[in-house]
Amino acid sequence: MKNSGLVWTIVLLIACGYLVVRTSQGEMGRVYVRAVEVKAEAKDGAEEKTLWTKYVDTDPKFAGQPGVSFSWPRTIGLWVAAFLTLAVCSFLYADNVFYKISESLFIGVSAAYVMVVGFWTAIVGNLFGKLTPDFIRDTAIPGLDEPRQISYLVPLIFGVMMLMRLSPKGGWISRWPLAFFIGATAGLRLLIYFESDFVRQIQNTLLPLIVLTENGGLSFWHTWKNLTIVGGVVSSLVYFYFSFEHTGFVGGVSRVGIWVLMITFGASFAYTVMGRIALLAQRLEFLFDDWLWIIDPLFKRH
Amino acid sequence: MFHFFYNLDKRWIFLLMLLAVLIPILLGVRFPEDASPMVREVFQAVDELPEGSFVWMAMDYDPGTQAELHPMAAGFTRQCAMKKHKMVFMTLLPQGGPMIQRNLEILEREFPEYKYGVDYVNLGYRPGNEGVVKVVVSDLQELFGNDVKGTSLENIPLTKGMKNIQNVDLLISVSGSDPGTKQWVQIASTPYDIKTVAGVTGVQAPPLYAYIPNQMVGLLGAIKGAAEYEQVLLEKYPEFRDNPATQEGLRRMGPQLVAHMLMITLIILGNIIFFVGKSRGAA
Repeated sequence: MKNSGLVWTIVLLIACGYLVVRTSQGEMGRVYVRAVEVKAEAKDGAEEKTLWTKYVDTDPKFAGQPGVSFSWPRTIGLWVAAFLTLAVCSFLYADNVFYKISESLFIGVSAAYVMVVGFWTAIVGNLFGKLTPDFIRDTAIPGLDEPRQISYLVPLIFGVMMLMRLSPKGGWISRWPLAFFIGATAGLRLLIYFESDFVRQIQNTLLPLIVLTENGGLSFWHTWKNLTIVGGVVSSLVYFYFSFEHTGFVGGVSRVGIWVLMITFGASFAYTVMGRIALLAQRLEFLFDDWLWIIDPLFKRH
Repeated sequence: MFHFFYNLDKRWIFLLMLLAVLIPILLGVRFPEDASPMVREVFQAVDELPEGSFVWMAMDYDPGTQAELHPMAAGFTRQCAMKKHKMVFMTLLPQGGPMIQRNLEILEREFPEYKYGVDYVNLGYRPGNEGVVKVVVSDLQELFGNDVKGTSLENIPLTKGMKNIQNVDLLISVSGSDPGTKQWVQIASTPYDIKTVAGVTGVQAPPLYAYIPNQMVGLLGAIKGAAEYEQVLLEKYPEFRDNPATQEGLRRMGPQLVAHMLMITLIILGNIIFFVGKSRGAA
């Protein structure tokens, strides 16, 4: 066994021992829930009827109170989440089987989640909920309160035509709904980009290059801000203007454009770093607060 | 010394970054925040609305971006509730449903007087990306005939008779991806002059600044924007000081500062090593 393998084995054994001791003492990794009755709306002074009981997460400090109980499923979920977090982070040391498992799980669960949510929202709720509201109310969405809308036959037919792509001989039929979809999307995007990102952006750049204060003096910072915006836009556009050779004056402005672009990319990169550190901080908060109970910033246990 | 740094295993850098983020979390390190003028304008846009105004809450974020965005979304929700604004929540992302739920739990827990259907409504997720925004802004009932529970919008007091969102008093977009704030600004805010504020991830923020101030009042960028917004919220509503959940963004700025200091040090050190190596003919 290599030295690093031996070191990691010892570290993992110590960590496992620590987890076993603390878990056996009930000092970490437990989720408690509170039972909340969902009642039907009372009408005309009638007694409220309990429809079902839902369980909401509650803080461990409330353990032992009436209606608060330990939740096995959510505790298992917490431990799985903690394990997957550590498994993903383990990639930073080296590629390994735990990382592969969590990566595959993530892809599979995400795809399935999007598919299931899409099915219940678009197919069941939005399509058949409008074509056959009574049937959907009886079988899938008890509270559905929709009139029948026959016009939804059009998207149903388009949907079926799209599925013809799977047919060996009728694949061409799918081109019709696809053409409609591409045309509609292109038309929508053309309009919104023209108005919002072209015309209005030109308007936004038409700024006074000298800004005066109310008493007639020069407002230095507003003037500087406007000059930066206008200068930045013009020089960046010159950098992407290739009908003239980038020499002399054009070359100079173009170089300013490169600087503007580089500063923009730098700002974007810095923002991205900030986002990733926030993500790391949130996962560490999860591990050390929700799972290990080492910190307690939200006073969940005291 | 030079060879030590030149051949340093990158995993030591990862370990340093882990410690830079972890130690401030364990010690509860926090720094004071001073809100920027833009953050104050965003706050003001919500606060200056008359009590009971109608606010459209587009919650287009998912678990991958909630570290940055949930503090903003929660802050907006709390501020709107303090002002007794009426809120309608929706999302363009399939994973956005649970994110809306987290904000509704804030209302249920901290503002028990808020009643579903009267003060707020959850429309949930609707597939169709920017197409959904187009429909919502022109004919709401066409796509959103009912809320997330299946109740017709005509039978919900808050949404009864609502044709579209052109007349909402404020559009709040919390967005971590595409579709998100960009589409709301392009399709709703710009053509119909809907007053809009946003909270976005750091990755999304730079291109969206171009829409300010004519197409959008302002935006909160990344966790820094969230922390500054929470700071203003605490200044205006001191009763939140006793609720640590209102300071999620502020708490995360401690690790940010230490991690940024480490990054700056590493960038300077990396450049020194590069130029020393170049002068020695190693690079």
